[in-house]
Amino acid sequence: MSRTVQDVVFVDGVRTPFGKAGSALAETRADDLVVKVFREILRRNPNLPAERIDDVAVAATTQVGDQGMTLGRTASLLAGLPFTVPGYAIDRMCAGAMTAVTTLSSGIMAGAYDIALAGGVESMSRHPMGDGMDPNPRFLSERLVDTDALVMGATAENLHDRYPQLTKDRADAFAHASQMKTAKAYAEGWIQPDLVPIATRSQELGWGMLSQDESMRPETTLAGLAGLKTPFRAHGRVTAGNSSGLNDGATAALLASEAMADDLGLTKKMRMVGFAFAGVEPEFMGVGPVPSTEKALSRAGLSIDDIGLFEVNEAFAVQVLALLDHFGIPDDDPRVNPMGGAIAVGHPLASSGIRLMTYLAKDFERHPEVRYGITTMCIGLGMGGTVIWENLQTTGSRA
Amino acid sequence: MSDTATANPDEVVTHARVRRIELPDGAGTLAMITIDNDRDHTRPTTFGPAGLAALDAAIDEVSAMTDISAVAVTGKPFIFAVGADLSAIGLVDQRDVILEFGQRGHAVFRRLGELAVPSFAFVNGAAMGGGTEIALHCSYRTMSTAAAAMSLPEVFLGLIPGWGGAWLLPNLIGPAAALEVIVANALQQNKQLKPKDALRLGVVDVVLDSADFLEQSLRWAAGVLNGTVIVKRPEIDRENWDAIVDIATTMLDEKVHRATPAPYRALDLVRAARTCSRTEGFAAEDEALADLVMGEDLRASLYAFDLVQKRAKRPMGAPDKSLARPVRKVGVVGAGLMASQLALLFAKRLQVPVVMTDLDQERVEKGLAYIHGQIAADRDKGRLTADRANRLTALVSGSTDSTVFADADFVIEAVFEDLAVKRTVFTQLEAVVSAECILATNTSSLSVTAMAEGLAHPERVVGFHFFNPVAVMPLLEIARAEQTDDATLATAFVVGKQLKKSCVLVKDAPAFVVNRLLTRYLNEIVAAVDEGTPIDVADRASNALGLPMSPFQLLALVGPGVALHVSETMHDAFPDRYAVSDNMRRMVEAGITSVWIPGDGGTPILDPRVNEVLVQGDSPSDEEQLVQRISLALADEARRMLDEGVVAEAQDIDLCMILGAGWPFWLGGLTPYLDRTGAAEMSGGRRFLPRGVASLPG
Repeated sequence: MSRTVQDVVFVDGVRTPFGKAGSALAETRADDLVVKVFREILRRNPNLPAERIDDVAVAATTQVGDQGMTLGRTASLLAGLPFTVPGYAIDRMCAGAMTAVTTLSSGIMAGAYDIALAGGVESMSRHPMGDGMDPNPRFLSERLVDTDALVMGATAENLHDRYPQLTKDRADAFAHASQMKTAKAYAEGWIQPDLVPIATRSQELGWGMLSQDESMRPETTLAGLAGLKTPFRAHGRVTAGNSSGLNDGATAALLASEAMADDLGLTKKMRMVGFAFAGVEPEFMGVGPVPSTEKALSRAGLSIDDIGLFEVNEAFAVQVLALLDHFGIPDDDPRVNPMGGAIAVGHPLASSGIRLMTYLAKDFERHPEVRYGITTMCIGLGMGGTVIWENLQTTGSRA
Repeated sequence: MSDTATANPDEVVTHARVRRIELPDGAGTLAMITIDNDRDHTRPTTFGPAGLAALDAAIDEVSAMTDISAVAVTGKPFIFAVGADLSAIGLVDQRDVILEFGQRGHAVFRRLGELAVPSFAFVNGAAMGGGTEIALHCSYRTMSTAAAAMSLPEVFLGLIPGWGGAWLLPNLIGPAAALEVIVANALQQNKQLKPKDALRLGVVDVVLDSADFLEQSLRWAAGVLNGTVIVKRPEIDRENWDAIVDIATTMLDEKVHRATPAPYRALDLVRAARTCSRTEGFAAEDEALADLVMGEDLRASLYAFDLVQKRAKRPMGAPDKSLARPVRKVGVVGAGLMASQLALLFAKRLQVPVVMTDLDQERVEKGLAYIHGQIAADRDKGRLTADRANRLTALVSGSTDSTVFADADFVIEAVFEDLAVKRTVFTQLEAVVSAECILATNTSSLSVTAMAEGLAHPERVVGFHFFNPVAVMPLLEIARAEQTDDATLATAFVVGKQLKKSCVLVKDAPAFVVNRLLTRYLNEIVAAVDEGTPIDVADRASNALGLPMSPFQLLALVGPGVALHVSETMHDAFPDRYAVSDNMRRMVEAGITSVWIPGDGGTPILDPRVNEVLVQGDSPSDEEQLVQRISLALADEARRMLDEGVVAEAQDIDLCMILGAGWPFWLGGLTPYLDRTGAAEMSGGRRFLPRGVASLPG
């Protein structure tokens, strides 16, 4: 038989507002968060008959309890999807949702699927990072990884060591800008349309509603950031202010073959150009996006100059700066994280990949003149992931 | 109010917590009140004095918010609220106190409907009584698809919806639908509204999916506030309001015969709700509630409710369940109607192979055909999936050869009610089954001990007495014979529970509890007829008690032949109290199955053949004398049963009469009624239960 590679389009993406661990979403189950974003995706895309979804992949880092039991399947059933729709769980730590998207997209490209639903979730309230972890003793006894490899903040400090030009001041300035850009995007109403407000259970306070990200600090000042403690190293550079926090949240994205999207009349926000994942030394995990982006560009036959918008996950400011320095992009380049990022809104590990994509889709809407953008993130144990997207929300007829 | 008067030190206090929520679509700020008693769903949210005060304070708080556009009330997971704390009501011994409690509830709840902004009830889970009334006071209601139930069960308990429901509901959905909820459902074993029923009747405005119920309720509320959601309410038939209440009254009379006040007070309130103001309606509820709470019927009802809620689930005297043996295959001896019903029940509930035997293949086939037909009917009605129907069908088999019982763990016989026949069955079974296999008998009146006599293992024989129809009636009398051992008894109780029956341990005594009392009662009625009481007069004797059926209706249900047979057995056991009526014998011989036959227009008339066989004396009784007579007879029999140790306590007698005979809550089953009327003291010199247990204190 002859095969045709299908183009994959990003139809829609939504997320819960991200809660601070131990706060608004602390009493809400992770699977329930996924259910609510799935249902919103279906509501927002009434042209999609739910039974046409070919597969569902949901990512979580700590896959136990309410994040276990094959989330893609359980969340689908709980959301009321027909039982004929299958699902599975996926894990690549912080790039879980990104990997859910790339894996499902591979299936669409290969012709195995036409419609797929991707999701990611992390309740760091209910599943603190590393909870229940049992690393193989050989990692340390045979020095397969540095002891820092499992402490993300320590890997960020290591980046400052490796690239002395990445100073704390630069990291703080970037972090401050993230807060300011986020506040502005909220004020202008760019972020809210893709949020799914969540009714929050609190035995102590009663039911409430989380309608916006809980961790934002629009009042942040550079002076304030300069005075924060450096918990990973005495007189270090990595602070709570220039890192993402510990968060709860879920994301979902609807993917389709371009032909099926046209058939069903689904929106087409962006087209997947290509993707790549790459590994680096685990104790320098923050530099992962550099090789993954190089690889993705090279495979797509593009150069960094073709990229008009960047959504880089802000696990740590220094790790974003490492990528920007590598490509010679200024710290305050307006193409980078134009609506801010994880330092302001939070980073519920496995869910963040789809947040980046949803942001990029919005960036594309605001910049119809831009053709290509990337979403990229660093990943624990020394990896990076990059997806290149093409803007379909253009005024002209580029498709 | 004088809170000390109703203060209940054991009140599980419901808290009402207020939070501000920004509504979507620019609909402003909503003040959300969460009602939660901080226990899990196994202790539903209720309102005592402290809970009402907490809700009142929360409403104060939201009333002071000048910048909100709406108020909403919702509950903890799985529970909205289930009304007044009944444990507190049972303690009240002064009318003023309950009057104030009712007024207090009204005063707090009505505020929800009289705020400066619209109010919403987001009925996330079970809502009963005062919980439903909280929702009714609000301007709008959403309900979750997962809400287990909604009801106004007050009349079921001998009360009326007394925190606004009796006035609000008819004015919301009309008198017919309101009476369906308040009276008809309450008196139909406290039938609950599913969300779709609540929507159909207009009790709630919209049903939303449970998966994101609160989020979508808030979105819906925003739509109402913005005018994008138009709420449609049922049109109320005010023209025919009184006529509708009249019809309901007639139907109620047929069923209850004015034996208890609560449903009639409810009818009065609904009737008045057409014209009276909210304040007048609520005041009338307060008065009715206070009257009822200070009445004996309510006290008996609360006692009865407690019996079926608690005692029925934890049978007195049942051995520890760890002694029970596993039951992996069941045998049923006989393939007649009763045997087939048993086989089907065992297969459905235990989901183990069930094998039936009978004397010839034709009877076996007939029994199997009945069972397979029932399963197919359930499947066709959508009550069973095809897979489940297949599984059940395959579980039930039949044979004429009793060796099929060789690997059974539990065999029950349902053959002809004759001691010799049953003994033969057990003797033959023993030759086939293991030494531990339970041998159970569904006898209604024979001695289980006598049945076990001569067996190698009499300790595995137990009485297992169901009530007709087996699938519906909740009672199972488990009779311990003289030699029944604990393992057998424990197994019987575990199996009974798996069958979803309420089990009561009884001594192996003639006719156990329910049939002994019903037979004594019928015995007095029939004797009165023999003496010259007209049948229609005798048949009205039960009206004063409000029994579910009249004596001769009951006789027709049991079948005069069976009744005669039982009366003979009882006469043999207790010749001084149980007679065998010649009139009965003649009716059976004449083939009369019911004294009442349908006449023109469906009104029952006396079967003319009855007068042909009836030979009556010349000393008729009137209804009043008859009520006295049956009360004294039942008091006498119940006292004897307790003296003989047929059951442990009067509570067991009452539980049996409620679950096995359908005797009403307002009688407390039986003994509270006998105490209340003085029949207990007149007959036996003392009460069955101390004052205050199922009656007003003091």
